[in-house]
Amino acid sequence: MTMQLLSKRLVPALISLIGVLIVSFVLTRALPGDPAAYLAGPAATADAVAEVRKSLGLDRNVFEQFVVYVKQITRGELGDSWATGQPVLSELVNRLPASIELTALGLILALIVALPLGIIAALRPNSPIDHTARVVSTLGVSLPTFFTGLLLVYIFYYQLDWLPAPMGRLAPFTDAPEKITGFYTVDSLLTGDFYLFLEALRFLILPAFTLGMFALAPIARMTRASMLGVLSSDYVRTARANRLPAWKVLIVYALRNALLPIVTMLGMVFSFLLGANVLVEKVFSWPGVGSFALEALMISDYAAVQGFVLSMGLIYVLLNLSIDIAYGYIDPRVQVES
Amino acid sequence: MKTMTALYRHGRYVLSNNSLAAVGVLALFVLVTLAVIGPSLVPFDPIETFVGPTLQPPSSAHWFGTDQVGRDIFSRVIVAARLDLTIAVFAVVLSFLAGTAVGCVSGYFGGWFDRISGRVVDSMMAFPLFVLAMGVVAAMGNSVSSVVCATALVNAPFYVRLARAEVAQRRTAEYVDAAILAGNGSIRVISNHLLPNILPTLSVQMSLNLGWAVLNAAGLSFIGLGVRPPAAEWGIMVAEGAQYVVSGHWWACFFPGIALMFCVLCFNFMGDGVRDLLDPRQRT
Repeated sequence: MTMQLLSKRLVPALISLIGVLIVSFVLTRALPGDPAAYLAGPAATADAVAEVRKSLGLDRNVFEQFVVYVKQITRGELGDSWATGQPVLSELVNRLPASIELTALGLILALIVALPLGIIAALRPNSPIDHTARVVSTLGVSLPTFFTGLLLVYIFYYQLDWLPAPMGRLAPFTDAPEKITGFYTVDSLLTGDFYLFLEALRFLILPAFTLGMFALAPIARMTRASMLGVLSSDYVRTARANRLPAWKVLIVYALRNALLPIVTMLGMVFSFLLGANVLVEKVFSWPGVGSFALEALMISDYAAVQGFVLSMGLIYVLLNLSIDIAYGYIDPRVQVES
Repeated sequence: MKTMTALYRHGRYVLSNNSLAAVGVLALFVLVTLAVIGPSLVPFDPIETFVGPTLQPPSSAHWFGTDQVGRDIFSRVIVAARLDLTIAVFAVVLSFLAGTAVGCVSGYFGGWFDRISGRVVDSMMAFPLFVLAMGVVAAMGNSVSSVVCATALVNAPFYVRLARAEVAQRRTAEYVDAAILAGNGSIRVISNHLLPNILPTLSVQMSLNLGWAVLNAAGLSFIGLGVRPPAAEWGIMVAEGAQYVVSGHWWACFFPGIALMFCVLCFNFMGDGVRDLLDPRQRT
């Protein structure tokens, strides 16, 4: 039964994966500039450039190139970054934890604020609290992330001097914690270095907050809408009529049932944040995949851009797959119906 | 005529209930006016350097201060309104036209076209939109038109989905059957009978999209893709001011950033109002 269910979810995910491959291939081939000429150097002769082009496989037609590309990816080869000479895969693997740590904390911060905000707004529709929640969330989506980031830096670094300068994940000459997960906050706790944990958190908090503000609005709105529907349902009325404690009605009965659309929304919000990451990483000199991709894009570093775009699409597809599977646990009815 | 007065009355009712939408519409009116006549009003040439000393805080001579090459930030912020608004409007209209066309055909005819367009749309939406837009601008080269195209392209999938769903839902309605039986061709049925009915939903989407389009365009310029310096554009100005924030010169990026935020906020408040006006069911 569960295998059947899993394969039902896996097939669309596989089809999206193929789509992701095609889009990333098309996009990177459309980048301007001739990588062969770039690699061969300014003094290269036409023959030398042709030689490099051949070694890169760029002299073959687009379909052959695509086949080669798919073959490479199935073997886990993403090519070498032409700017750094390092394999793209290892660059991405090294940098991805920084981006994920940032995005995850941003999402958690947003959830902490947005869920209660949405629930309260749904409990008292059209009350002053509801209107305030709406204005706050509209403000959240209207803030340009790069600008709020800079504003926060000015206030908390320059004026108050509470938090460090926007210069990456740790101060220079501070040793990173021993690599276990790649998340500095988690690793420092695992190795028992509490001071380092605080230090990493101090660097993390501003960019994460910047991202979180952006995610606030969609989550709060979806929570409100979903809770509004559930709260007017018969079973909530019955639960209330039976004088169940208010918190139990709200959390166990209402929120659990309202969770499905919110979780769906979270998948979209996460993808959204991955995009916004590029801007935030630039502002805070955060050594994540976003800043890596940006540098690669500026010099048409095909392999690097391709690896980045591909990993973004991959993360999204996997995330949605896990959300689909999580549905069954959040709401067992979904499993039965399918 | 009668529907116009009814709409007008309903509009007044919505605005009186949703004062934020009213404020948004008013402020947008000011912004659009500035975009039109601003460039002839500003005290300094927005791209002329050394009209004042470099990196001066706001003063009576330079209301918003001057930047690192002595340009007047006030003049630049005002002049930039035209460029940013133009990009947003063109991008949204373009994605509306393209997305609606594809969506209508998919929803009306179904079949292989529907399947293929559905797959393409799904694949595009698997990427963070901003990442996709970055790639498109990088591929097309740095220019205003590629920012418009990139913003329109990454936004179009939403219109395709929306138009497709709305058309498919009405495809079997009796008035559509009646129109077909009366001898209308497919194109005519879509454009004269279906489109007017789905237009309100699409207009809501458009008005909610405008703010996002401004943010997207400014974000692209911020990372150095799209509009090129020395053009006055809010995203570029924030980027240029960014390096001076850590040394306390806040004004170089504060004022363009605030202008950008204000503009997006107005669009979003207006979008909420338009939704209340045209499609109250969507209100959340």
